[in-house]
Amino acid sequence: MLEIILERFSYIPIIILMMTGLYVVIATGNLVKRLVGLSLFQTSVFLLYITMGKVFGGQPPIIAGDAHGGDAGHGADAAAGYGAEAAAGHAAETAHHVAEIAYSNPLPHVLILTAIVVGVATLAVGLALVVRIREAYGTIEDDALNAADYSLETGSAE
Amino acid sequence: MDMLASLLPAGIAVHAPALIVVIPLIMAAVAAFMPKGLWAWGVTLVTAIAVAVLSLNILGQVSTGGVISYAMGGWLPPAGIELRVDMLNVPLLLLVGIVGLLCVIYALPSVADEIAKKQQALFYSAFLVCFAGLLGVTITGDAFNVFVFLEISSISTYTIIAMGAGKDRRALTASYNYLVLGTIGATFFVIGVGFLYMATGTLNIADMAAVLEQNGHDRVTQAAFAFIVVGLGLKAAMFPLHVWLPNAYAFAPNFVTAFLASTATKVAFYALIRFVFSVFHPEVNFVAMSFTWLFAVVGVVAMMVASMQAVFQTDARRLLAYSSVAQVGYMMLGLGMGTAAGLSASMLHLMNHALMKGALFMALGAFALNFGVRRVKDLAGLGQTMPASSAAFTVASLSLVGVPLTVGFTSKWYLVTAALERGWWWAVAALMISSLLALAYVARLLSAIWMETPPAGKAGIAPARRLAPWMVLAPMSLLAFANIYFFFHADPLVGLARAAANAVMGGN
Amino acid sequence: MWTPELSLALALAIPAIGGVAVALLGKYPNLREGATLVSAVLLALNVAYLVEIAPGHPVLELATLAPGLHLVFRLEPLGALFAAVASGLWIVNSLYSIGYMRGNNEKNQTRFYVCFCIAIGAAMGVALSGNLLTMFLFYEVLTLSTYPLVTHKGDANAKRGGKIYLSILLGTSIGLLLPAVIATHFLAGSTDFVAGGLLAVNEVTPAIAGVLLVLFAFGIGKAALMPVHPWLPNAMVAPTPVSALLHAVAVVKAGVFAMLKVGTYIFGPALIAATPTSDALAWIAGVSIVLSSVVAMTKDNLKARLAFSTVSQLSYVTLGVMLASPLAMLGGALQIVMHAWGKITLFMSAGAIYTATKKTEISQMAGLGRYMPWLFIAYTVGALSIIGLPPLGGTWPKLFLMQGAWESGHGLLIVALVASSILNVAYLLPLSARGFFSAPEEAKLKKTPPMLVILPPVITAAGVLVLFFLIGPLRDYLAPVFLSSSLAAEAAL
Repeated sequence: MLEIILERFSYIPIIILMMTGLYVVIATGNLVKRLVGLSLFQTSVFLLYITMGKVFGGQPPIIAGDAHGGDAGHGADAAAGYGAEAAAGHAAETAHHVAEIAYSNPLPHVLILTAIVVGVATLAVGLALVVRIREAYGTIEDDALNAADYSLETGSAE
Repeated sequence: MDMLASLLPAGIAVHAPALIVVIPLIMAAVAAFMPKGLWAWGVTLVTAIAVAVLSLNILGQVSTGGVISYAMGGWLPPAGIELRVDMLNVPLLLLVGIVGLLCVIYALPSVADEIAKKQQALFYSAFLVCFAGLLGVTITGDAFNVFVFLEISSISTYTIIAMGAGKDRRALTASYNYLVLGTIGATFFVIGVGFLYMATGTLNIADMAAVLEQNGHDRVTQAAFAFIVVGLGLKAAMFPLHVWLPNAYAFAPNFVTAFLASTATKVAFYALIRFVFSVFHPEVNFVAMSFTWLFAVVGVVAMMVASMQAVFQTDARRLLAYSSVAQVGYMMLGLGMGTAAGLSASMLHLMNHALMKGALFMALGAFALNFGVRRVKDLAGLGQTMPASSAAFTVASLSLVGVPLTVGFTSKWYLVTAALERGWWWAVAALMISSLLALAYVARLLSAIWMETPPAGKAGIAPARRLAPWMVLAPMSLLAFANIYFFFHADPLVGLARAAANAVMGGN
Repeated sequence: MWTPELSLALALAIPAIGGVAVALLGKYPNLREGATLVSAVLLALNVAYLVEIAPGHPVLELATLAPGLHLVFRLEPLGALFAAVASGLWIVNSLYSIGYMRGNNEKNQTRFYVCFCIAIGAAMGVALSGNLLTMFLFYEVLTLSTYPLVTHKGDANAKRGGKIYLSILLGTSIGLLLPAVIATHFLAGSTDFVAGGLLAVNEVTPAIAGVLLVLFAFGIGKAALMPVHPWLPNAMVAPTPVSALLHAVAVVKAGVFAMLKVGTYIFGPALIAATPTSDALAWIAGVSIVLSSVVAMTKDNLKARLAFSTVSQLSYVTLGVMLASPLAMLGGALQIVMHAWGKITLFMSAGAIYTATKKTEISQMAGLGRYMPWLFIAYTVGALSIIGLPPLGGTWPKLFLMQGAWESGHGLLIVALVASSILNVAYLLPLSARGFFSAPEEAKLKKTPPMLVILPPVITAAGVLVLFFLIGPLRDYLAPVFLSSSLAAEAAL
């Protein structure tokens, strides 16, 4: 049992972060804090991806002293193919060259770069919305917003 | 079909799958820099036409030449990103392309009324990003890419929904809530994709399916399944993950609501089908269990509860938004049957529902444009003051109920047949009860429109007849007409739906 | 040149073109009414031809919706007869409408005539339909097109009545009839009307057929079997010509006609007899017959009384179907014809009285017969026919139904039929008696009723008399349908 947990120790902080983030989103009434929670939640997923790319004893996936094969881009891609055990045809040439050394899988890192960009964009839009909400309502507390909308509804119903 | 396939020169046709996503993306940047809203609209219109033509061309190519696999940037799958079009996503491309075009035509007068002049160009730009995102989700064959495009479309959707704040500040809170829930959904999805990657070592959807078939489904895959279903279910407004939808639809600019209601949830639903059927196999035990105990049950509950909620709404667009949630329930039920007949009924309803809701929201937009009305009781007497728009609204709402002579009837026919084939009598009963509830809420709208007298104006005289601008009227009437036309010529849509189901179920 | 197919298409096209013409001529009342009359006459001529060729079963394919889903017309004697009744009475009723609508200065007359044309077209569609799908489609069109007619007055009362009308008719058809239609399609692979019964031919078990039979019996809300009847009394808020043609002839008869057609061509008599539910349904029909007669007695409003009388009389047809013997079904079919002529006479009389005096309650109508003798004679003749006295048309269906009930071993139901006839006397004839024998309240009528509201009921009353003597040809025309279908069904089982 202990062994099982220890083998997966890297997931423990991820789960803690994830749940903290989700809890903050649900529990807080403050719109900015809610975004903080959301970011925490997203970040924990980035960590999840990054840990999954780690290969024990693996080196950084950089091919040094490249004498006869492709540019850096090709190299990274070839390694990705290797990590995925599905080397593509055009990378086969470099693949046999690096087959002896174990590399960490860089693909999750690349993916997470994209996800980080998405996360930043979401955060930016969210914060912009909070600013506009603050301008329109004069508050960023959920309860106060609901109260304001409620009075709007009953006010216009006359 | 041959004619469609040869719509474009071969040099362009080869790259059509890439162009259909890339053109709107680039044009979004162009539109952002347009000095005037009208110019930006022009850019958007050109883009939408191009996309519609491309989608028709792709339909032609797929139906004559089979599945298209396009290696992005020349990197071959499974390592590179693949754009993949088969009979399942071609209807979606067509739907987004053509309904998108109609919505864009509709947009000009509607947006001019609702969005501040300074913001119009940016608004169109954000719309184009959303458009590109939806097309991207539909066409990509790469699981992580689905996430990226899903977020591209979602983030831009948050902004364009928030732009409804000009008319009603509640658009801001609606958009914010959508943002929070949408992001949670997307994150769930990306966790699921991560697990799938752990289990299979690939991100290509077709490749994933192949690896899973070879290795079997272990617990990681099951976890992935759960995360993906929740994530995509949230985007597709699957009950009870729909709470973001009613307010978002009710307060967004009218054009946005019309567009989103007929495309966005549909695309997410497509992604769900793609993962459930193509990646996980429908015959695997836990997937089969989820059909009966998750999708079918959730679908039926949505059909009942959301319809019931719709009956009691005061805001007309909120009413239709709840109806949308209920209609998603119909599609979920079809999916939950787990048979080719059920899936094709579900796909058919997906397309038909886009036709109905597009016309309905456009008509509500037209009412809002001329008289500024948005509550159900304010619709009083519009049958006299805006007869053409009211007629289109009536046709589409009868279609929503499933009255014969409209496509809604065709949808219901196939759904019920599929349920009978599966031996699910309770589902038939649920479909009928839900139709009756639909009748109840539609009757509220229609009786307000046709049976009430228009409120007297300031001087005590009834408002005169006012025709909606033709750019509003034309796409709306076209959609309403399509509701009738495809009843008599159900073949094309039924054929597409059948082919879509067969593409993933592997039957014929 | 003049092919059966063309004639079938024209049955739908004439009312449609008529409707367009009426709409276009809306500004010129005389031309507009002219268009209505011309379409009515043309339609009747066309249908006369259809009646002649019906035994040949010509078929017209209207549209293919999707593989396996067709809209088809297929002529057969039952449908031809229903079409003949509806189109023939349309002429009479058009004359009457003109008198009534002008006499009462009703609003929106153009809308009225247009909807009327559509409703007749839809009734033709129901009559000629070759499969359940087509029938369902026109059935719904009939509901929707008559809604504006029911709510014609536009006041709160009319809206309330219209709401009940629409919600019951659409509710039952979508909630019960549609699943039944789709289930039939699922079980039998098609929805075609087949001699001997589609379900019987496809060997559907009696248990499942019994469930379907219940769905059909209540799903066809227009047949007004209790407890789905309330739409009919509520529809009486409509102007009288609407009540006369639609709610005594076209709409309600479309309902029972659909019931009869489903019984004959979808189930087949033998299968109905074999189902466990047909007995119960026969008894429900029997209860409907007696109960609504009793309710009718309590109504003072003439139209309300006639409406409940209609509910009662419609159940005769349902009863005939559920008894499932050739004689009873023949009785049901004849009831469609005979009751139509009788009841339209009564309704038109009620409308004529209203036009002349603005009176709607029976208790106020004392002595009116002295001012309008022809009208009251016509009313009395119609009433006697409904009661079932010879020499009037209404005699025959009751006779056949009683024989059928005996033949199928439901002798007790004869009691219901007899009781109903006695009740008919009790609620229909007091008006005649009061009209002729009581002293009038006023010295003279407020206004002389126009010729056009007096003449039509007199014509239909004469028709009732004539129909009594036409029973021979009618029976010969219809009998093969039921005999052959029961023979075929027996062969299939």
